[in-house]
Amino acid sequence: MLPENLNENPTATALAAFDGAAVVSGKFDRGELTIEIAPEKIVSVCGFLKYDLGFVRLSTVTGMDWYPAEPRFEVVYHLHSIDRNERVRLKCRLPGKDPEIDSVTEVWRGANWFERETFDLFGVKFRNHPDLRRIMLPDDWEGHPLRKDYSITGDRV
Amino acid sequence: MSDTVIPTIPDLAPGVEAEKATSAKARNITLNMGPQHPSTHGVLRLQLELDGETIVKCRPDIGYLHTGIEKEFEVKTYQQAVTLTDRIDYLAPLSNNLCYCLAVEKLLGLEIPPLAQWTRVMLTELTRLNSHLVWLGTHAIDIGAMSVFLYCFREREDILRIFEMYSGQRMMTSYFRIGGLALEPPRGWQQRVRTFIETFPSKVDEYEELLTNNRIWIGRTRGIGYMSIEDMLDLGITGPMLRAAGLQYDARKSQPYSSYEKFDFEIPTKTEGDVYARYQVRIEEMRQSARIVKQALEGMPGGRWTADAPHVVLPDREKMKTQMEALIYHFKIVTEGFRVPAGEVYQTIESPRGEVGYYVVSDGTTHPYRVHVRGPSFGNLQGVPRMVEGTLIADVIASIGSMDFVLGDCDR
Repeated sequence: MLPENLNENPTATALAAFDGAAVVSGKFDRGELTIEIAPEKIVSVCGFLKYDLGFVRLSTVTGMDWYPAEPRFEVVYHLHSIDRNERVRLKCRLPGKDPEIDSVTEVWRGANWFERETFDLFGVKFRNHPDLRRIMLPDDWEGHPLRKDYSITGDRV
Repeated sequence: MSDTVIPTIPDLAPGVEAEKATSAKARNITLNMGPQHPSTHGVLRLQLELDGETIVKCRPDIGYLHTGIEKEFEVKTYQQAVTLTDRIDYLAPLSNNLCYCLAVEKLLGLEIPPLAQWTRVMLTELTRLNSHLVWLGTHAIDIGAMSVFLYCFREREDILRIFEMYSGQRMMTSYFRIGGLALEPPRGWQQRVRTFIETFPSKVDEYEELLTNNRIWIGRTRGIGYMSIEDMLDLGITGPMLRAAGLQYDARKSQPYSSYEKFDFEIPTKTEGDVYARYQVRIEEMRQSARIVKQALEGMPGGRWTADAPHVVLPDREKMKTQMEALIYHFKIVTEGFRVPAGEVYQTIESPRGEVGYYVVSDGTTHPYRVHVRGPSFGNLQGVPRMVEGTLIADVIASIGSMDFVLGDCDR
């Protein structure tokens, strides 16, 4: 459901026309467009944005932890269209227990490492990812450091 | 002596042939390049599966330099966190300072005075020169041209002296702060920058004389490490590598920040997309950066170097000692930092290596709720397998050298 002030935005309206059920909400703040997508639709939405609207670049994928709120996690995608000189931010909210989302590596191969990083540091699992391993930390590391309940001062020995 | 049979090379040949005839799996060897390999410039590890001298598979392994900077952002105040951005990409500290400051300033809605904006442009362009000089020197030394390194570091020293003059630091400058600059531009900076920038183009000619028509250099770089624009966009590669393949994209032109729109410069491109083209693009970028620095030097506006925002910018020393209000602001900013309105911003700029992005999320407190850094080296390094698979092992050094990555930027 798009808010009123996005009814004029071409990218947001095109996305709503493509799949109205995929768009959960959206906002336009400080010149940046954010659209919240239903997690199960992320691959089809990304495919549409890339092939039909020209967002050829996936700038970055990262996570957010809103602990202790629920749904706790967010996966944030920043897309960039060079031709339209435009950027869009996509968000998917995931529950705190077993956060899982489909991988967008089939749309952009470059999503591979960004998703691995998000998996490593937030513990969000990406389904159908070709190589979902830790990337920054050693394979036997316990916990996911960027989660808010992971202490920075170090209670590990 | 005459009884001894000395095996000749043809005698050995049948055995070698027999070994070659076994399955492909038995024939391939795996070679670990790095993490302590001088030409990986940091701690990159490449697992190379070799069939003879040809690379069948390449698996990059990163993370050796992961220091948890993104987590550390969350316990620093906004202004303190500037010092972390230096340490991300240690060859382009000011580019990272700038991107982070722009992101937070966007959240705060601050307007930065022209003097600060122009000084920022000038110093980030000097950073670009600094970074490209390190790249050129080390890349050339990897390929075997020793002397270029000495030439490049001669000019780099001048740039580092300019940084030291401005900020007191040669590398970890932290000179850009939220709201403007850390200190007033030092007295005599014009003279120092002018002396440097007026001779710099002739220095670039010197590097070109050593390399551009050098037969060995051309032999080692032309046609090596080719990547198409489609592959690079798909893999998230940005910066000079994209431009060397023919895509004229540069954030300084397409989404100007910090008054880049007021400067006259060109975006050099090539279409070959190989190591040699990347070299040519970066050489031309150095000339263009020198042009920008010169324009900044000549047209530098006057005025204040910090924004008119007493709740964010520390007051002058003099005011702090004489005015109660300034003292209160000083106390508040130093002890608890300033509050940033809730919201989120993704700011990107063109660093020497490509697209740097800072995603800053504020929850309305004095510390960032989350800062995500999109390092250009992280995106670029993903392309290594695509670039080197199927090529010869001797070309790996030239190929990855042309990417100009910094592992601190990649691992954060």
